[in-house]
Amino acid sequence: MRTRGKLASTGLHTILVGASVIAVFPVAWVALTALKTERDTWSRPGELGTLGLDNFGQVLGDTQFATWFANSLLVAAGTTVLGVLIAATAGYAASRMRFPGQRPLMWTFLVTQMFPAAVLIVPLYNVMARLGLLDSYAGLILAQCTIAVPYCAWMLKGYFDTIPVSIDEAGRIDGLSPFGTFWRLIVPLARPGISVTVFYSFITAWGEVAFAGVFLQSEGHYTLPVGMATFVSDFKAEWGLLTAGSVLVMLPAAVVFFGVQRHLVAGLTAGGVKN
Amino acid sequence: MTTVTAATHAGVAPPPAPPRRALRTRLARHWYAWAMVAPVVLVITVLVLLPLARGIHLSLTDATELNSGRTIGVNEIPATYSFVGLDNYVEVLSGADGAFYPRLLWTVQWTVVCVTLHYGLGLGLALLLNRALRLRTLYRMLLILPWAVPPFVAAFGWRLILNEQGGVLNTLLGMAGVSAVDWLGEPLAAKVSVIMVNVWLGVPFMMVALLGGLQTVPRELYEAAEMDGASPWQRFRAVTLPGLRPVSGTVLLLGTIWTFNQFPVIALLTGGGPGGATNILVTEAYERAFQGIRDYAGAATYGAIIASMLVVFASFYRRWLQRHTGEVLG
Repeated sequence: MRTRGKLASTGLHTILVGASVIAVFPVAWVALTALKTERDTWSRPGELGTLGLDNFGQVLGDTQFATWFANSLLVAAGTTVLGVLIAATAGYAASRMRFPGQRPLMWTFLVTQMFPAAVLIVPLYNVMARLGLLDSYAGLILAQCTIAVPYCAWMLKGYFDTIPVSIDEAGRIDGLSPFGTFWRLIVPLARPGISVTVFYSFITAWGEVAFAGVFLQSEGHYTLPVGMATFVSDFKAEWGLLTAGSVLVMLPAAVVFFGVQRHLVAGLTAGGVKN
Repeated sequence: MTTVTAATHAGVAPPPAPPRRALRTRLARHWYAWAMVAPVVLVITVLVLLPLARGIHLSLTDATELNSGRTIGVNEIPATYSFVGLDNYVEVLSGADGAFYPRLLWTVQWTVVCVTLHYGLGLGLALLLNRALRLRTLYRMLLILPWAVPPFVAAFGWRLILNEQGGVLNTLLGMAGVSAVDWLGEPLAAKVSVIMVNVWLGVPFMMVALLGGLQTVPRELYEAAEMDGASPWQRFRAVTLPGLRPVSGTVLLLGTIWTFNQFPVIALLTGGGPGGATNILVTEAYERAFQGIRDYAGAATYGAIIASMLVVFASFYRRWLQRHTGEVLG
């Protein structure tokens, strides 16, 4: 490789620094605004005012933020557990066995994975209303499973495909049933894949806006996106609370994210193309 | 799906049983697989297929909030909506509702512009990061940050930045001598804003995926191309792009689906406004169903149209996938 000229090197770093600034600035700005304690300093970007943690105290103490946080965790965890549990066996069967109905099944996974909430939201809303599941966590979890289940099944099938079939064969020779092979041999081996699936369906459910926005009706049941949207509306602009809440959401998300992101890309692209 | 195709072609599937004993043999042979997929089939049937059928039924009626059955206290009000055949589809597809074609056009523009920028910028950054470079890990971490931000949080943050009065973007522009722009209140500016935010959110995924793809392109190919006197541009065209094809296909597909369905950014940033200018089909359907007098039939019609567009798209994808896998295997 030839060495780069000084000019080229400077250009390279300039572009990367510029791009990094654009990537980081909005996040940094939200964090900075969260630290501004005086009301309405947010509307004067040039001023710093006094900095402090007042907004965080307020959002945790005086609003239902903590409840929404817990609600979001509950709904996301429920959706993930249900989705992954149900989808794992199907993903395995689709990966290892040939059976009639397999193609239509994979086809359904592929298509329903693409369905936006808008396609199902009206009929699901009517069904939930009839079953009395509106404004309940169970109803929201079921609704979010329409996104999670096909997605998890598709992604897990992709993972199981990467595990050599010879392992299954060894298990079968040792007298394990197909389910035993799956449960005792493949699941432990697929743990990295399963954890990425878990992570991804968790954050999808956790930030889901469309279903949560109409299915949840009382403030105490709101999830984070729905609840935090009430901080800034046509009638009020509590940007201090909103930004402090955003920071509290971003921090744990970012920590976990940076831990798994390398696997995440592999996981997301694995289901699509195999060679 | 690809392995399914591969395996069937490889002749793994057993020859079909004679018709008389077909069902019993099939049951005996396949009951295990069927049992393992049963929970998923049940869930998808109950939560996806039945609601979908119900949605298609609704789209053939004139159901709204006012004539749907509901229970108020102890009184049960029966549904009074009636079957109207394909009227809703005729109204939407003929353009009589005045919204469908503008929304469709904007949805296509939105998807194409966003995905192009995602891919172009992502590829550019990936190429830069793929070189021997000081501070590479730091750049990578910083550039990946937007992906770590949940979209709803990003939408809130950008609303703060884009605020007409006191938004930091207008302040910065003001310092550069540009007059304030009503980023979320003017149709064109609002369109630019939602695209900007979605691009900000989506580039890191492309960048990381393509960076991974770049690292799988064998170095020898570059060396050979260089020996043959290929210019950097020729090397990019002849080695890099073909080497990236499998990754590119997948990320472009994912990017297209995600952008087409991108609900949080538009709903939380502009709410589809001003005057519906930034509503893509997905948010338009949502708005019809849950704002003003709830137009369930209209929203269901939009939903059915969106779903059929996705089915068409998916079948093209499947065909592409099969051809593509064929190439890889052949």
